Amino acid sequence: MTSATFPRAAARAGRWPAMYWAVTDSLVLTWRSLARIVREPETLMDVTVQPLMFVLLFAYVFGGAIGLPGGGSYHEYLIGGMFGMGVAGTAPGTAIAMVADMSEGIIDRFRSLPMSRAAVLIGRTASDLLTQVIGTMVVAVAGLAIGWRIHNGPGDALVAFGLALLFGYALSWAGVCLGMVLRSVEAAQQLGFILFLPFMFISNAFVPTQGMPGWLQTIANWNPFSAIAAACRQLFGNPNPSALVQVWPMQHPELAVLLWSALLLAVFAPLAVRLYTTKSR
Amino acid sequence: MAEIPAIEAKALVKRFGSTMALNGLDLCVPLGGILGMLGPNGAGKTTAVRVLATLLRPDSGHARVLGADVVTQAAEVRRRIGLTGQYAALDNSLTGRANLVMIGRLSRLGRAEARRRADELLDRFDLTGAAGRAVKTYSGGMRRRLDLAASLIGRPEVLFLDEPTTGLDPRSRAVMWDIIRDLATGGTTLLLTTQYLDEADRLASQIAVVDGGRMIAQGSPDELKDKAGQDRVSVTLAPGTDTAAAVAAVSAHAAGPVAVGAGDRLTAQVPAYDGITTDLVRSLDLAGVRVTSIAVDRPSLDDVFLALTGHGVAEGAAQHQGEAGSDETGGPLADWDEGATPQGGEAA
Repeated sequence: MTSATFPRAAARAGRWPAMYWAVTDSLVLTWRSLARIVREPETLMDVTVQPLMFVLLFAYVFGGAIGLPGGGSYHEYLIGGMFGMGVAGTAPGTAIAMVADMSEGIIDRFRSLPMSRAAVLIGRTASDLLTQVIGTMVVAVAGLAIGWRIHNGPGDALVAFGLALLFGYALSWAGVCLGMVLRSVEAAQQLGFILFLPFMFISNAFVPTQGMPGWLQTIANWNPFSAIAAACRQLFGNPNPSALVQVWPMQHPELAVLLWSALLLAVFAPLAVRLYTTKSR
Repeated sequence: MAEIPAIEAKALVKRFGSTMALNGLDLCVPLGGILGMLGPNGAGKTTAVRVLATLLRPDSGHARVLGADVVTQAAEVRRRIGLTGQYAALDNSLTGRANLVMIGRLSRLGRAEARRRADELLDRFDLTGAAGRAVKTYSGGMRRRLDLAASLIGRPEVLFLDEPTTGLDPRSRAVMWDIIRDLATGGTTLLLTTQYLDEADRLASQIAVVDGGRMIAQGSPDELKDKAGQDRVSVTLAPGTDTAAAVAAVSAHAAGPVAVGAGDRLTAQVPAYDGITTDLVRSLDLAGVRVTSIAVDRPSLDDVFLALTGHGVAEGAAQHQGEAGSDETGGPLADWDEGATPQGGEAA
C-alpha cells in the first residue's frame, strides 16, 4: 500500500520527476541553511567582519608602506583583492558545516529519505553562494567608503562580480569535499585556516607580486586568487600592476578565472557526490 | 497470494575492516507487530538496521523490505520506511517545527501538508509548547520524541527504531513505550533494537536474539522462555515445619537438586508445564507441610539469553567492547546532557 500523498506528489512532479524533485529538495535544503544563518547570524562573520577587518587593516595600517609598480591608489588596488577574500571566506565554513552534519547524524536521516541524493550538496553550495553575495556587497560598500570606485561601465562591473561569485561557488565544492573527509569540527576549523591564509597571502591580493622572490612570484602569479584579483582590477578600471607581469594568467585574468573555476568544479563536484554516496560512517 | 513479509534478510554479511559486524544474519519479520532485536553491544544490531534502512550495503547476502530489495530498489524502500537512530538525527540550530517541516518536504509532502503534519505530530508527542525553540535547547527525552516524529512524517509502513530508549530517564522511557505501542496498534510494523531485556519482553510480539552478527533464536517471548526449558519454584515454609518432608515433596517434581536457603526457603528448577503450581501445592499438602508462600516463575529473558549464548547481556557487552568499528559507537552528541547510563542486566 502506498500512502495517499504520492499520487498527488507525482502529479506535481510533471514530466521530469527526477529533475523536479532534485530542484525542490535542493531548495528545501538551501532554505535550511539560510534559516540556520537567520537563527545564528554570527556564522556570517567570515563574509562580513573578516573582510571588513582586512580592508581596514590593509588600507590604513600596511597600505601606506606598499608601493604599486606603475603607480595608482593602493585603496583602489586593495578592493580587487578583497573580492576574492569575500567569496572564498565561506569555504572553511562550508567544510565545518559538512563535518557537523556528518557527525550529528542528520545526513543519515537524509539518506534514509526518498529524496534526491545530490540535493544535500546542491543546497549547501547554493546557500554558500547567497552568503558570498553578501560578502561581495560588504567589500563593495567598504571599498566605496575608503575611496574605491568603478571606472568602467556597469557591464564590466557585473562581469567582475559574476566571476568572483563563480569562483567562490566552485571553491565551496572543495569545502564540501574537505568537510566529508575530515572527522571533527576542530580539524575543519584549523585546516580551513591553515589552507586559507597562505592561499590568500601568496597572491597579488594585498601586495603586488613584483616585490617577492622569483620562485614565490611564480607561485603567486599562478595562484587563482591572483587571477580573480587581477580580473576584478582590470574590469573595474583600478590600478593593476599584474598587467606588467608576463605570465599567462596575469595577461588573461578573466579567462584564467573561468578555467580555474571549471577545473575546481570538474574535480570537486563529482568527488563530493561520490564521497557523499559512498561514505558510510 | 502469499503475504509478503515486512522484512526478510538472507545471509547478510558486513565487515568493517577485520570485524564481522554481520556474519550471515537471517531474519524474517511478518507484517504488523513489534519485533525486538535483542543483543549485547557489538552484536550487529545497528549494522543490521543500517543495512535494512539502505544506509549500508551488505558485503553479501540480500534483504527485502516490503518486497523491495534494499540495494537494487533502495529508493522504493526509502519511500516506505522510517528510521530513528541511536542519536537524534536533527538540525540542532533549527526549531522543532522547522525540522519536521523540512523532513516532511523531503519526504515528498507538499508545503501545506508538511506544515499540517508537523503540527499534528508535535501535538501528538506533546511538543507543541517547544515547537518554536531551537532543538539544541531540548532535553534528551524531547529530542528523542522529535526524532521519532520526524521518522513518522511520511507515514512509513515499516519503522526501524535503533535503541529508542537508551539513555532516557524512566519517565521518558515510559512515554516512548506508549508511543511505540500506539504505533503498532495503528498497523505499523516496527523493528526495534534493544539491549534492555525488559523492554523487549514488554513491547515485542516477536524477539530475535542476535549475537556475533548472527541470529541465534527467534520467537515470541514465551516461546523463547520455553527454550530455556525450566521454571523456578521457590517455597517459603511456615515456622516449625518439617524441612525434610518439604524437600522430599518438592524433590518429587524437581528437575534437579532442591536448595534450602535462609528463612526456611526452598528453591528448585521444575519442568515448565501448566499446572505445575497445583501439583506442587498438592504434594506439599499431602506431606503435611505448611507453606507461607509459593511462587513459580517463568525464566527471565536473562536466563534465556544465558542459555542461548552462554553469556549474559552485560558480559557480552564487555566481551565485545571495541569491536564492530563504527557500528555502535554512535554520535558524539547522543544525549550527552542526560548522561547516558551503562546498560544491561536490567531484568535481573
